[in-house]
Amino acid sequence: MGIVDLQEKKGLIRELADQRAVESIPFAGRYRLIDFALSSMVNSGVRNVGIMLPDEPRSVLDHLRSGKDWDLARRHEGLFYLPYAKGDDDQRRGDLKNFYHNLDYIEHSKERYVLLARGSFVYNMDFNPILRFHQNTGADITMVYHTAAEESIGKNVVLETADNGLVEDISEKPVVYDGSKVSLSIYLMEKKVFVEMVRYTYEHGGQDLLMDGIIRRANEYTIYACEHDGYVAHIDSTAAYYKANMDILQPEVWEELFMGEHSISTKVKDEVPVQYKETADVKNSLVANGCIIRGEVENSILFRGVTVGKDVKIKNSIIMQKSDIQDGSLVENVICDKNVTISKDKWLKGAPNYPLIVTKNVVI
Amino acid sequence: MRKTECLAMILAGGQGSRLGALTKNIAKPAVPFGGKYRIIDFPLSNCANSGIDKVGVLTQYRPLELHNYLASGSSWDLDTKDGGIFILPPYARDKGADWYRGTADAIYQNLNFIDLADPEYVLILSGDHIYTMDYSWMLESHKKNKAEATIGVIEVPWEEAPRFGIMNTAKDGRIEEFEEKPAKPKSNLASMGIYIFNKAFLEKYLIEDAKDETSSHDFGKNIIPKMLADKARLYSYAFEGYWKDVGTIESLWQANMDLLQDEPPFDLNGEWKIYSSNASMPPHYVGPNAKIKNSMVSEGSMILGEVENSVIFPGVRISKGAKVTNSVIMPYTTVAENAVVDYAIVAQSCEIAADARVEGAKGAITVVAEGESVLPEAGSKQAG
Repeated sequence: MGIVDLQEKKGLIRELADQRAVESIPFAGRYRLIDFALSSMVNSGVRNVGIMLPDEPRSVLDHLRSGKDWDLARRHEGLFYLPYAKGDDDQRRGDLKNFYHNLDYIEHSKERYVLLARGSFVYNMDFNPILRFHQNTGADITMVYHTAAEESIGKNVVLETADNGLVEDISEKPVVYDGSKVSLSIYLMEKKVFVEMVRYTYEHGGQDLLMDGIIRRANEYTIYACEHDGYVAHIDSTAAYYKANMDILQPEVWEELFMGEHSISTKVKDEVPVQYKETADVKNSLVANGCIIRGEVENSILFRGVTVGKDVKIKNSIIMQKSDIQDGSLVENVICDKNVTISKDKWLKGAPNYPLIVTKNVVI
Repeated sequence: MRKTECLAMILAGGQGSRLGALTKNIAKPAVPFGGKYRIIDFPLSNCANSGIDKVGVLTQYRPLELHNYLASGSSWDLDTKDGGIFILPPYARDKGADWYRGTADAIYQNLNFIDLADPEYVLILSGDHIYTMDYSWMLESHKKNKAEATIGVIEVPWEEAPRFGIMNTAKDGRIEEFEEKPAKPKSNLASMGIYIFNKAFLEKYLIEDAKDETSSHDFGKNIIPKMLADKARLYSYAFEGYWKDVGTIESLWQANMDLLQDEPPFDLNGEWKIYSSNASMPPHYVGPNAKIKNSMVSEGSMILGEVENSVIFPGVRISKGAKVTNSVIMPYTTVAENAVVDYAIVAQSCEIAADARVEGAKGAITVVAEGESVLPEAGSKQAG
């Protein structure tokens, strides 16, 4: 069974996550972030998926609904929603409480293994090799990491491993250096290990699954880690969100994530193919169905149903669904949330790598 | 089965021989159209949007891809508990098996299905027209006129009228005369091949027609003239809007091109959605040197070259330096570097090799059949 955890912290991505969970932020023209972990599970043959809901679940519920678009609307098993635990009887923070309150569902599932992943990562992964690795090493817990290609600032869990993958240290670091092994928050373990970990840790005052359940008790478990060498992005800040969207404009990343053997599924909308009119001029961009384009678009991502008027210039921007960019306006280094209207001849410009954000339903 | 007011029956068994290479392996209603749709999406979406939730689809010629596409009908929101899509191919009986010998015979052979659904009205549609229409208005008109049959008609240009079945009507819409392809038409109201019948009335005529050895078992040729001869209450329902029979290569090409007008003759973006099966594909990628004008491009495509006045389906690759103009490129086809495609319909999964040329002309559209490769040495592919 799989569990997708939707409890990403919102501190650094507040504008886009104001009324929605981080995991349901629109991404890459037609997806929501959760689609990546969920599709990877389904494509790997996981047929029983629990969704650990955030405290504001509406956008997630509206997106996933019965799970039909991921083939998870099944007579048996399929998609399960694991609600956020009420806070009144217990002031403890952290994700562990929510796992603890949903242990019933986990214990009653018939699968032997639990695969835990977070919905705020972008990747297209086959989990089967990880299961084989787990079985071969005889580990209690298997984690997945990627090797950082550059130095970056921000909280990350860094692993140190032996050549055979045995984890020798797990720690949370404020800075990641080139070549560090950064955890992707994917954990595979037998159900009984997971249940014991959650129950024991919570009942002994724990708050956070990783901190209190794994890191503090690391010496009680045999933990192995294996590497994922494909594209990965962790969307925990606006900067990371902007960068990952721009990464998709590289054809290799676009191909790897979306055009391989396993596709990423999302909620189906019946949109018309993109209509390019006489004055359209689009370069190095990603354009989703339902758009009507009469202006210039460069290095940008247009979500479903965006209209771009005449003499418009859009550059280095992310324009979310149903936004209307009217004649003569200029939009550069901007993230427009859903259903934004930029009226005629308005100029909007953010700084490179520090995009200006226009929130949902705003008319400028 | 719960009783239903109006049951739709879509005639989707035709070979579409005038579409030549495009219908070599698939039935005409399954032919791709408009950058992501198939022709049958139009009548099916019209049914779903008109509140008709029981639809029989009569298939016969090369039905595999069509059956696979229709599946449970969930793409059109027709997978309800008691309604939905019913796929009706010919079947064997105790005294042997018959193919559908004509449009009327196809319905006749499925009278048992119609009995099961037990509707008051039967709506007969064909699977080869592109249009958006609210059938519930036509049904209202049928009831208001206390008609036994209502035929959807559309005004066509007078010079084209001799190509159609023409209705001569009284002022109130009652049909007085029907002429199949008249040399000197008295009216320009053409039959759209859309009929609403009272169930019992239809049943009676179908049973009579089935006994008639000389009949060609066709609604236009046999059933309608017989009903008129009997002075039955036949009314016309005038449809205003875009309607296109896409039975030939030229008309299929033209209907695709019609979508590219600055204000298309019918709005796919409107409230009246056309549903289709949606592949899990990302937004299409437009490369740094691409040029796209006056075109429709669908998901999962990668456009690195030039595209003008063309309709590009999902999963198509247009490589650097390639030039696609005035053409329709169907799913998963690759146009390699510096290849040229002009005035052509290229079917699914074709390979147009580097430097190859596929060039037709207006009025002589070139067709590349499904899965074909076109190499540069072969020279220019001729119209066909």
